[in-house]
Amino acid sequence: MNAAYLYSLIAVVVLGLIAYAGVEAAGLDVLFGVIIPYLALIVFLVGFANKILDWSKSAVPFKITTTMGQQKSLPWIKHNKIDSPYTTGQVIIRMLLEVLLFRSLFKNIRTGFSGQRITYKWVIWLWLFALLFHYSFLVVVIRHLRFFAEPVPFFVAFLEQIDGMLQILLPNLFISGFALLAGAMLLLARRVFLPKLVYISKPADYFPLFLIIGIAITGLMMRYLDKVDVVRIKELTMGLATFQPSIPEGSISGLFYVHLFFVSILIAYIPFSKIMHMGGVFLSPTRNMANDTRARRHENPWNYPVKTHTYEEYEEDFRDKMKEAGIPVEKE
Amino acid sequence: MAETPKPEELFENIDHSLPEESWEDIPPDLSQGKFCYPTKKKNLEYLDMPTPTTDEWSPADEEWPIPDNWQDIIHEGFKDRLEKYRSLKIFMDVCVRCGACADKCHFFIGTGDPKNMPVLRAELLRSVYRKDFTTAGRILGRLAGGRPLTKQVLKEWFSYFYQCTECRRCSVYCPYGIDTAEVTMMARELLSLLGLNINWILEPAANCFRTGNHLGIQPHAFKEMVDFFCDDIEEITGVRIEPTFNRKGAEILFITPSGDVFADPGTYSFMGYLLLFEHLGLDYTLSTYASEGGNFGLFTSSEMMKRLNAKMFAEARRLGVKWILGGECGHMWRVIHQYMDTMNGPADFGEVPKSPITGTVFENAASTRMVHITEFTADLIRHNKLKLDPSRNDNKTVTFHDSCNPSRAMGLFEEPRYVLRSVCNNFYEMPENTIKEQTFCCGSGSGLNTEEIMELRLLGGLPRANAVKYVHDKFGVNMLSCICAIDRAALPPLMDYWVPGVDVTGVHELVGNALVMEGESERTMDLRFEPLKEETEEDADE
Repeated sequence: MNAAYLYSLIAVVVLGLIAYAGVEAAGLDVLFGVIIPYLALIVFLVGFANKILDWSKSAVPFKITTTMGQQKSLPWIKHNKIDSPYTTGQVIIRMLLEVLLFRSLFKNIRTGFSGQRITYKWVIWLWLFALLFHYSFLVVVIRHLRFFAEPVPFFVAFLEQIDGMLQILLPNLFISGFALLAGAMLLLARRVFLPKLVYISKPADYFPLFLIIGIAITGLMMRYLDKVDVVRIKELTMGLATFQPSIPEGSISGLFYVHLFFVSILIAYIPFSKIMHMGGVFLSPTRNMANDTRARRHENPWNYPVKTHTYEEYEEDFRDKMKEAGIPVEKE
Repeated sequence: MAETPKPEELFENIDHSLPEESWEDIPPDLSQGKFCYPTKKKNLEYLDMPTPTTDEWSPADEEWPIPDNWQDIIHEGFKDRLEKYRSLKIFMDVCVRCGACADKCHFFIGTGDPKNMPVLRAELLRSVYRKDFTTAGRILGRLAGGRPLTKQVLKEWFSYFYQCTECRRCSVYCPYGIDTAEVTMMARELLSLLGLNINWILEPAANCFRTGNHLGIQPHAFKEMVDFFCDDIEEITGVRIEPTFNRKGAEILFITPSGDVFADPGTYSFMGYLLLFEHLGLDYTLSTYASEGGNFGLFTSSEMMKRLNAKMFAEARRLGVKWILGGECGHMWRVIHQYMDTMNGPADFGEVPKSPITGTVFENAASTRMVHITEFTADLIRHNKLKLDPSRNDNKTVTFHDSCNPSRAMGLFEEPRYVLRSVCNNFYEMPENTIKEQTFCCGSGSGLNTEEIMELRLLGGLPRANAVKYVHDKFGVNMLSCICAIDRAALPPLMDYWVPGVDVTGVHELVGNALVMEGESERTMDLRFEPLKEETEEDADE
């Protein structure tokens, strides 16, 4: 029994209730609408920068590229430029494919047993769910820029056009919000139903997923069910964006504050969590270095002299035997 | 081996069901047969490494001979390595436990032990990292995945970081390129700060430091062994070869793992090298001082790796060679390709390697000045410089095992295949998910090819063996070729157990068989003294 997801679910529900009650019952609009979002942003910025700096401070002593294709060697052997990059340009292409298309996940295979045979099957579900989740999240985030800029930037409006393709069928529908919810739910389903995933998962795996599901659900509710006053919300968010925070006249739904509180928690949580993979992936030495170590020397900043067994010591040890065997020596 | 069950039985008993308890609460199994024997103290002392507090100990003991302040030693060592290795920091921080690596490890596939999933192997270290070095872990402890470093955790490290062969297969599938080999290397370094090492690694390292090779072969004996091959070669081919040792002014220094000198079937590959060089009239020399290509320092610490590796450049410089040619070995080539120039370079001798036969300049080795023998031979064959009779390998149906390190730490895929296709007529690939960058370890890499864990090795090698069985059944493959000395030592027992009827060979043994030497007598035997053609019934009657 893995209770980790129950704890995480309860934690997220409690957080949501706190925000709802805080605003609806205690009137803490300023706390949840201004103070916490600012604090979260500060924690995020400082924490994120700190983490990246901390990583950068550590040395990269060796080039430990994982090669996944033919090295560059003889001119007539076809070099795999992406999986065994030899130049910085090729490394950049490898990294872009990794970061933008999750190429390594695309290679995933499932190992199985069939009688006395071990079998391997190409599986793309994780890749598909991950892609769905990350890209819909990105679109949702970009769309939300409309709340922080006036006039709305052209690319936000453009993205909304695409995101709203299905509006012909259903008015005001954005695909991305539902896709995000679906992506997060599918990733969660893996961690709830696949025994291996249940076994390796920690609260730190469930908590952010539930939080993001909470964000998606509250967002969708505000848009499609319990419609909120968007004009007032934009007043608040523009206030935040221009550093002239104010709580708009008249009430904004408590649901909005739950949504905002979840987002605040999430961004403050990022620097201390596995979500830092979004920064770390760029720094992974097995992926971001060229496979050119025999051609170009890589410097280790902390390379230090070590005690070796010199040839002189060796000859000293074995001189007589060497001479007897007719092996040339330095000192007769 | 007497207690090892029959293959079918062992296979059927592999249990992939997961335990009820969470992995943090399950103590490691350190019963006899589940661990490698610890290092003899003399080897540690010889290498000036930390020693345990008693002379003799066993991992099965309840109390381990470690100093009272062992937690501080590990903590400081961990901190030091986090600063020295960005890889370690990143790999500790960014894993999302997506599970892509889980079923990619040969030890997990073979044993079903969840702590052999790469993700959990790394979590063994990560949990301590969180507790000691992250804010969330310090405050929230286990809720944030943190774990205090207890003696049980230490034992777990010893058990599971010596159940990883540093093959890097998991890192191929990881979306962030997390490399368990790197994690294992760090963990082994930490363990060795307390004198906790295994003898199968440290004895070769100590031998190598003194005599220049893992087996402790002294210079005169090394020469005798090579002379012995020359006798065999003469008997088989009628050609007498007189290799030189420690000869100054030679153009090329040739270094190969000492396993090729010492143990079958590596020895046949050594004969193949000698035949090739004779065929070319190459100006080369062997060294007794740098008589080891392998480097068990890689499995100990970066410092030990550097100390052992230093001999190669030192000897090249002393002898005044132009460049170095390296034999078939797996981890040796990881060290040469990814570490040597950085650690012991820049190479202050010779010049950019250039084949004296074809004139090809090996630009890819411009700085390190060391060329892989299959790069060298592939180039020769491409330029038609070798007289080959591949039919001499017709008694063999060959497949190729990509050794982990040349595959995932070098990208050496096509060179050996080109050579193989040129020297034998019957060549078949294993299924694609088990070769090239997806290749499976022999189950005995990174210094784990020791007898006392034979059953574990057989289970770890199962995915490889199973793929060989597939081509054995389908195409009649009876020869498994490879370019690694540990493979040549570890695969024969693996094949005998899982796929009887399949032998193991180095690529250059097959080259040696196919080479038509000038002035040779008619060949009736291959380099193993086995008849080139299947004996007909008539022959047998005679």
